[in-house]
Amino acid sequence: MSVLKEVLEAGKFGVTAEMAPPKGYDFAEQMEAAEVLRGKVHAVNVTDMQSACLKATGLGLCIKLKQAGIEPILQMTGRDRNRMALMGDALAAAGFGIDTMLALTGDHPVVGDCKNTKPVYDLDSVGILKMLSKMEETGCDCGGNEIVGGAPKFYKGAAVTPLYDPMFLQVNKLRQKVENGAMYVQTQGIFDLDVLKRFIEMVDKAGIKVHIMAGIIPLKGAGGAKYMNENVPGIAVPQDMIDKLSAAAAEGKEKGIKGLPAKLGMEMAAEMIAKIKDEKLCDGVHVMAIGAEKNVPTILEMAGITV
Amino acid sequence: MIITQKKPIEEVMAMVGEAKTVAIVGCGSCATACQTGGEPQIAELTAVLEQAGKKVVATTVADYCCMNLGVKAKMKPINAANPDCVICMSCGDGVQCVAKNAGNAPVYPSNDTMYLGEAVRFGVWEEACRFCGQCVLGQTGAICPITQCAKSLVNGPCGGQKNGKCEVNPENDCAWIKIYERLQATNQLDKLMQTREDKGYEKVAYPRTISLRGKK
Repeated sequence: MSVLKEVLEAGKFGVTAEMAPPKGYDFAEQMEAAEVLRGKVHAVNVTDMQSACLKATGLGLCIKLKQAGIEPILQMTGRDRNRMALMGDALAAAGFGIDTMLALTGDHPVVGDCKNTKPVYDLDSVGILKMLSKMEETGCDCGGNEIVGGAPKFYKGAAVTPLYDPMFLQVNKLRQKVENGAMYVQTQGIFDLDVLKRFIEMVDKAGIKVHIMAGIIPLKGAGGAKYMNENVPGIAVPQDMIDKLSAAAAEGKEKGIKGLPAKLGMEMAAEMIAKIKDEKLCDGVHVMAIGAEKNVPTILEMAGITV
Repeated sequence: MIITQKKPIEEVMAMVGEAKTVAIVGCGSCATACQTGGEPQIAELTAVLEQAGKKVVATTVADYCCMNLGVKAKMKPINAANPDCVICMSCGDGVQCVAKNAGNAPVYPSNDTMYLGEAVRFGVWEEACRFCGQCVLGQTGAICPITQCAKSLVNGPCGGQKNGKCEVNPENDCAWIKIYERLQATNQLDKLMQTREDKGYEKVAYPRTISLRGKK
């Protein structure tokens, strides 16, 4: 049974991290990061060519993680695979004992690094969840044909953006994701707990029952924060955080100490995680360290989180 | 209307290659409106060809290059001129229809066929329908998510919009926000709450033929 499912259904505070496969075929760096995460998180999302940039397929890294005894969450987007390919991957994943997935629509190829790619989008996030739920329910594939030996079961998740205008559309899509089988959602990076609180209120008001894991992005510096504010939909780093990061950079320069803004970013992330847990705002956190996965255990330790 | 754009002239000349005599077939409907295949464009192309030492031996404008019977009649004088090649100034459908009626002469397109568009005003065409074969406009406030959403999403928006603009082309509004606003204005937001059937793609296996005669 899915480790994340066990944790969330037992009412424990779920902790997940995230990792991208290499742009290449040497997984050493990822496996090193995985060792650091071992025993510190419940599961690790493996991204599916995030930002539409080509990487080794996520299933490959998921298998490697699973074989190393780290629980992977297979992210599946509809961008590059039609329903047959997605279902085929789901079956292959199940064959390796992978039982937790997360459905996404996927960034469009034109925003990525292989712009001539033909986008697929046979199914969107809702469609992927619906297809897998139907597979589990009927024991049949996407064409209605019997799956030999029965259908595998997945603990299915989705993503959600708490900052969205008009919010009706985001909540409505979340409702469809949950109606079609999403049992947990990981949010876009949260930098303001009021945003998270407002979002949870809206979800409750809409009568949507789902485990919510707050997305946490440890900031590395003021520049990166500003970049995300300008370029990443649904991200809003408050100005006072950016100012503090700038001040840390200035202090580091003056004293000749490197890495002060990143250290502060980790402290901010830890503080946010601790508050989310202490105030019981939601069911867990999903830490997206974007290449700095090795910092995740330290952040969790600072937040007083053990799994 | 089928929206066409002129190919770069170098591309057209490369197709013509060593041919010495050329015939030109324009189209009186969409391509005339798009200024890619009417009388003025035929005159323009004739001048370029002649400057390159080619002889334009016949020209005609079919009312619709996509209507086989009309094209058949218009091609008689073209074929009688026995050109080394024919340039068709219509959409991709017209080029194929003209080619079927051009005997052994090769037929080359002078245009790229872009999309089914709406003339929003003179000289401006917006893509509106992608012939998906299962119209969903009744549920989406008469705004097509298949065409106006860059990912053709049928269950609502992706997370990629920024200030209401599409991540794929920031000049475009997010289709699903437009759909939401239209449904709100027409008091039909409940349509977004309804369960949607999977659209499926069985019906769009191409090439398709529709016949009112019960046969091809």
